[in-house]
Amino acid sequence: MSIFDKFRKQKPRIDSSEGDAVPAKAPGSDLWVKCSGCGTAVYKKNFQENLKVCEKCGHHHKMTAQERVQQMCDEGSFFEWDSDVISMDPLEFGPEYLNKLQQDRAKTRLSDAVLTGKAKIEGLEVALGVMDFHFRGGSMGSAVGEKITAMMERALELGLPTVMITSSGGARMQEGMLSLMQMARTSAAVRRLNKAGLPYMCILTDPTTAGVAASFASLGDIILAEPGAIVGFSGARVIEQTIRQKLPPGFQTAEFYEKHGFVDKVVKRVELKRTAYELLSLLTRPLEVISES
Amino acid sequence: MSLEFEKPLLELEGKIDELKKVAESGVDLTGVVRQLERKAEELKHSIYSNLSAWDRVQIARHEQRPKTLDYIRELFTGFHELHGDRHYADDAAVVAGLARFEGRAVLVVGHQKGKDTKENLLRNFGMPAPEGFRKAQRLFIMAQRFGLPIITFVDTSGAYPGIEAEERGQYEAIASSIALMTELTVPILTVVIGEGGSGGALGIAVGDRVLMLEHSVYSVISPEGCATILWRDASKAEQAAATLGLTSETLTKLGLVDEVIHEPLGGAHRDLSLTYKAVQMALSKHLEQLVKLAPDDLVQQRYDKYRAMGRVQREVKV
Ligand SMILES: [Zn+2]
Repeated sequence: MSIFDKFRKQKPRIDSSEGDAVPAKAPGSDLWVKCSGCGTAVYKKNFQENLKVCEKCGHHHKMTAQERVQQMCDEGSFFEWDSDVISMDPLEFGPEYLNKLQQDRAKTRLSDAVLTGKAKIEGLEVALGVMDFHFRGGSMGSAVGEKITAMMERALELGLPTVMITSSGGARMQEGMLSLMQMARTSAAVRRLNKAGLPYMCILTDPTTAGVAASFASLGDIILAEPGAIVGFSGARVIEQTIRQKLPPGFQTAEFYEKHGFVDKVVKRVELKRTAYELLSLLTRPLEVISES
Repeated sequence: MSLEFEKPLLELEGKIDELKKVAESGVDLTGVVRQLERKAEELKHSIYSNLSAWDRVQIARHEQRPKTLDYIRELFTGFHELHGDRHYADDAAVVAGLARFEGRAVLVVGHQKGKDTKENLLRNFGMPAPEGFRKAQRLFIMAQRFGLPIITFVDTSGAYPGIEAEERGQYEAIASSIALMTELTVPILTVVIGEGGSGGALGIAVGDRVLMLEHSVYSVISPEGCATILWRDASKAEQAAATLGLTSETLTKLGLVDEVIHEPLGGAHRDLSLTYKAVQMALSKHLEQLVKLAPDDLVQQRYDKYRAMGRVQREVKV
């Protein structure tokens, strides 16, 4: 069986509601959403057109994987890989866990918390992985690790640069140590891309923490992040409990990590596609003389 | 420090000691003592052959359980500790240095917990800062350059959750450590000697062989943390421990651990010399096998080993 047998055209799952913005509770409220950054009611149509970024305060709300594909890729260029790879219940957590997986598959139309495939960004062909926080908080179990590793192995085979858009609270507890091992598995695949001279770009979106931050999300040749995205290893609450003090404002944000030297560039959502293209183009076609219009 | 489930045994052992003291003054108690000793032996067997996952967690965290520096002292010769990450600081929660194991030059790296409060404060309870992982990486690269096998000892509740640790990129330090280990061209042997806590453990644990002491635990999250998240109740840690699959048996079944090193009855701390001997023999056996492999094969086998770690299926859509 060729790997291409697994290609499937991805239908967009556009979250016509609000992402993590709260629905407004005023009359005629289905037309409005409330920004979770500043609380302002925003006209839903504008909110969608603005890529779920608040016009007033610039808060970047969470996107679905399919919305992200639509935002980042040339129209109709995305072909999904491994759309049928799903997790099992290796620790026998029981029907509760399996049901939650089933529910999230139905809700997100994803096999697990990551969508992978081949796509074009401004005409440049890439392997693309997009995590979706709406699926079990983007947590990484065996299926997420498998899909990301397989994506990178295909990028290697096809000689493509890889773009990984992350959003995850970390490992998936219900899969125990198998979940932890996905950190090693995915990191090993990144190193193969490095060795082959294929660019690997990470785009950190809200939130990218714990096991995902501490593996493939921070191994990019280039690491971009969306404004305000929470990034880090330990959760804020755990830190506060350990050190018994309040955390400073702006702690563990994309801007914080840019300042401390762990993020190359904080890029607004609206500029993300162009920025990703330009940087990848510089890395993949260094010898071509391209005059930018 | 005594463990809850050990109490009846410790009481009985105390009684035997008392009787022996009395016997020294000339009273013949040989029969009674022998009888009680037999009873203690039986009790030991019944207690330790029925340990729950939570009991294991207690043993794994036992203050008197041998720590990295104990293994280094007992199993290695000519150890020179090497300090610092050459960027910012030396992290006392991670010990590293050059030594010989059975005559062979090796790099040893391990988390170091303390045996009392004072030592624990010095070692930050074995919870590494980013500098700990960066020290490890610096020395991993040096070991690779000179062809030295690497032996790592895992014993941490996890990477330190603090403001400075986050500021200096705890997550990046762990990620780059893991990634580096996946591509090193020298053999890596890892032994989980106590507590294997999540990413902070894995940061020095991507071994060609991962061995685990019988009563050690290795977990994606602490049982307390898991209970808090699942049931919003840290006191359900016992239940969480049972569910997380953190024992050496379960991890071997899942294919994540290559060999379980059996411990003396009652745990490593109850017979140190037996423990050291068992760890030495296991290390020796695996090291002999690994040093025979060509570097390319070693790296490929390590890739394949971790590549296979995962349980997925193809969904049948109806
Ligand atoms: Zn706003």
